[in-house]
Amino acid sequence: MLVVLGVFFLLPIAAMIEFATRGVGIDAPRTLTSFTSILSSPDLTGAIVASLELAAITSVAMLAILLPTMIWTRIRVPRMVRVIEVLCLAPLTIPAIVLVVGLAPLYQWININISDSILTLAFAYVILVLPYAYRALDAGLSGVDIRTLSEAARSLGAGWATVMWRVIVPNMSSAVLNACLLSVAVVLGEFTIANLLNFENLQVAIALIGRANAGVSIAVAVASLMFVFVLLLALSFIARGGARRRGAHGVVA
Amino acid sequence: MTAVASPTAGSAGRPRAGSLRFPFAWLGTVPFLGYVSLFLLLPTAIVVAGAFAGARGPSLANISALTQPYIVDSFVHSVVLSAASAAIGAVVGAILAYVLATGNREGAVRRVVTAACGVLSQFGGVTLAFAFIATIGGAGFVTLWLQQHGINIYANGVWLYQLSGLILVYTYFEIPLMVIVFLPALDGIRPQWREATANLGGSSWHYWRHVAGPLLFPSFLGCLLLLFANAFSAYATAAALINQGGIIVPLQISNALSSEVGLAQADVASALALAMVLIVVVVTVLYSTLQRRTARWLP
Amino acid sequence: MAAFAVITACGSASAAGNSGGVDAATATSASAFGGMSGLIAAAKKEGQLNVIALPPDWANYGSIISGFTAKYGIKVNSANPNGSSQDEVNAVRAQSGTSRAPDVLDIGMAVALANTSLFAPYEVSEWNDVPASQKAANGLWYQDYGGYMSIGYDSSKFTITSVQDLLKPQFKGAVALNGDPTKANAALNGVMMASLANGGSLDNIAAGVAFFHKLNQLGNFVPIQATTATVKNGTTPVVFDWDYLSAAHGKDVPSWKVFVPPDAVLGGYYAQAISKTAPDPAAARLWEEYLYSTVGQNLWLQGGARPVEMAAMTTAGTLNQTYAAALPPVGGTPVFMSPTQATAAATYLNSNWAQAIGS
Repeated sequence: MLVVLGVFFLLPIAAMIEFATRGVGIDAPRTLTSFTSILSSPDLTGAIVASLELAAITSVAMLAILLPTMIWTRIRVPRMVRVIEVLCLAPLTIPAIVLVVGLAPLYQWININISDSILTLAFAYVILVLPYAYRALDAGLSGVDIRTLSEAARSLGAGWATVMWRVIVPNMSSAVLNACLLSVAVVLGEFTIANLLNFENLQVAIALIGRANAGVSIAVAVASLMFVFVLLLALSFIARGGARRRGAHGVVA
Repeated sequence: MTAVASPTAGSAGRPRAGSLRFPFAWLGTVPFLGYVSLFLLLPTAIVVAGAFAGARGPSLANISALTQPYIVDSFVHSVVLSAASAAIGAVVGAILAYVLATGNREGAVRRVVTAACGVLSQFGGVTLAFAFIATIGGAGFVTLWLQQHGINIYANGVWLYQLSGLILVYTYFEIPLMVIVFLPALDGIRPQWREATANLGGSSWHYWRHVAGPLLFPSFLGCLLLLFANAFSAYATAAALINQGGIIVPLQISNALSSEVGLAQADVASALALAMVLIVVVVTVLYSTLQRRTARWLP
Repeated sequence: MAAFAVITACGSASAAGNSGGVDAATATSASAFGGMSGLIAAAKKEGQLNVIALPPDWANYGSIISGFTAKYGIKVNSANPNGSSQDEVNAVRAQSGTSRAPDVLDIGMAVALANTSLFAPYEVSEWNDVPASQKAANGLWYQDYGGYMSIGYDSSKFTITSVQDLLKPQFKGAVALNGDPTKANAALNGVMMASLANGGSLDNIAAGVAFFHKLNQLGNFVPIQATTATVKNGTTPVVFDWDYLSAAHGKDVPSWKVFVPPDAVLGGYYAQAISKTAPDPAAARLWEEYLYSTVGQNLWLQGGARPVEMAAMTTAGTLNQTYAAALPPVGGTPVFMSPTQATAAATYLNSNWAQAIGS
């Protein structure tokens, strides 16, 4: 099963690599110039750095806003759980090209009065990652008996911060990690909002290069896929190490 | 996860004077609600206001523009596309997630596949479309290889550039998305449950039908809904593959916003977006009802 | 919406650049700056230029932009490369007041005529070299370059001598348009060219729609977006596109040829305009001076487009003869759609295109 799926997923990537290594003309030899010329594109490095910063800011902000709210509502305000769930799904119901129409006046105000930096995109990106992050965190929370754990911790004298950070979160570490992975992937793959607000993030830079040279743009796309893949893999190692230190593996019985 | 409010499950904490307890609890949701109101509800309100805007004040002209046959057709296509790719993605993704969850949690296979799914779930747009074109398009290397072996997959027309092709391309990011969002739910399955079922004389079928299945089903439904909404509002991939005729609603919206031949009507785009929101609301309500029924017995 | 209006009002007040006593935002020619050197100094002080929807492979804009930066040291921020003309004016409205709003626009005539309230009047130094019928008398817009609608094709696979050749079986799954005609100017002209070649006229695009309907039924027409990648890859070996855009594919596919049907020579020009609320007004005006100088016009010629000053430059002998000789051969009399005819064609397409290509 894994093999069949693996073939399905790897074939298009192989096709991209095949295209990116083509020379000019029918019988031209294979060449790696498309890949090597990535390094000489100045705009690209700026765009990569900006996208990485946005990914980090968005993940942290998403966890800061969403996770305490989810835990809190499940314990103290159960009626709001459904409301939060619907609100978190809402960003996906509107296509990004229309959401930009509504975001544009807001961003106009922000860019004139607060800051013109590309990092202001984080405000919108946190909203964009909500559906995915919510679903990942929710699946993790469903496996943890929050009420019992929090009652136990509170009766032992813990404050709410301790309950959340040192009792509940270690029990859902894979969900938190997945939420972060998804946020990073969403931010690094986002194109429409950045493009229509005239910001240049990674995907916009790829599109621009694509109009100059088809081979280079596909090479950049493959390179960015590999780059995000390695990044996510590294993240998974870091988080696993942390979880093991706290000794979390299943419910703290 | 699905908390059916019971009278005794009020708050877990030190009791406070009655009148102070209620506002304090709700205050905890203010940061989230405030942020979402500003950056999601406000833009949505602006878009909805546009849907009812007319030349001389509020009007229903944009809404009535939605009743034209080619727009209704595009809504039908959108729903079919999203439902099909979500269903396939959910089932295949759930199976793949199960394979991963039953394996070694710290192992290399799980790490690699999870990271790959994270990347591929957001891989879309022009590049994904081109990747498929380069693989099984008219001049794709798989197509040519099959032709050399006597198999012509496009004998009845190039289906890649039609709705069926789009469904296939959409599953490319729907399956990894399902794996990512469903895996934590599968991680929550305790081996003790399997042992308990076996101890009570139950088979694998009993385990899935009466123990793990019902516990996982609400989460599965939630993920399915996410996949549907994800496919429903996706735009860039379809724009590269089926650029002609506005076959699905996001393409119609793009036409209404960006047409440079004089057919741009930003307010019709808002009306189309409003209709999309309503459709997803309807689907969410269905999901909610279904979930409440199946999760009724959960604590 | 009221908040939006307030913000726009505040934004335009602060966008008026002030450089040494000259209000660049209201300057209508280089003389307002005391000559070109004053304009160059003012533009360098601003230090950047925001352009939009200028992909590097469109009429040689890649070289034009890098040439401008090399000559004046002004950084050019190129946004939304795949945007349409409508996206450009949408961005001018939505981002006015921010530092990223577009300064200059390169748009199709339909969008230009509908949005003149967004433009600032300006007359470049070579104003008299632009024919009177190709500019607005009040200086709000001025045409820049144009070309003829053509069929680009891979000559190692096909030979095309007329538009009707495309109905033959060897073109199965091969023909594409550059965009959707209800959305993109280039595609609209493609269908109109097919109409002219099949007995239609500038007032009647129905013959073109019927032609594409037949192409689609035969399986010769593919609905994908033709890009440099799909051309290089061989998925779209036949593309209806402006001749200068088609010519750019020659660097990826050496056997690429451009065919302009002698019985259907349909031309089209694009237009330049400066945004009234440009965040870098002096740089915007310098950009226009650069584009309409001999250097800029010849760079467009190098990209296969016909610059608007071509007649004047031929007389003055400043036209680059090598590039001019490389232009695709055009027989027959060129015709151009008027704005009314373009609107009528668009309206017809809106009601009939989707059914014609049977999605």
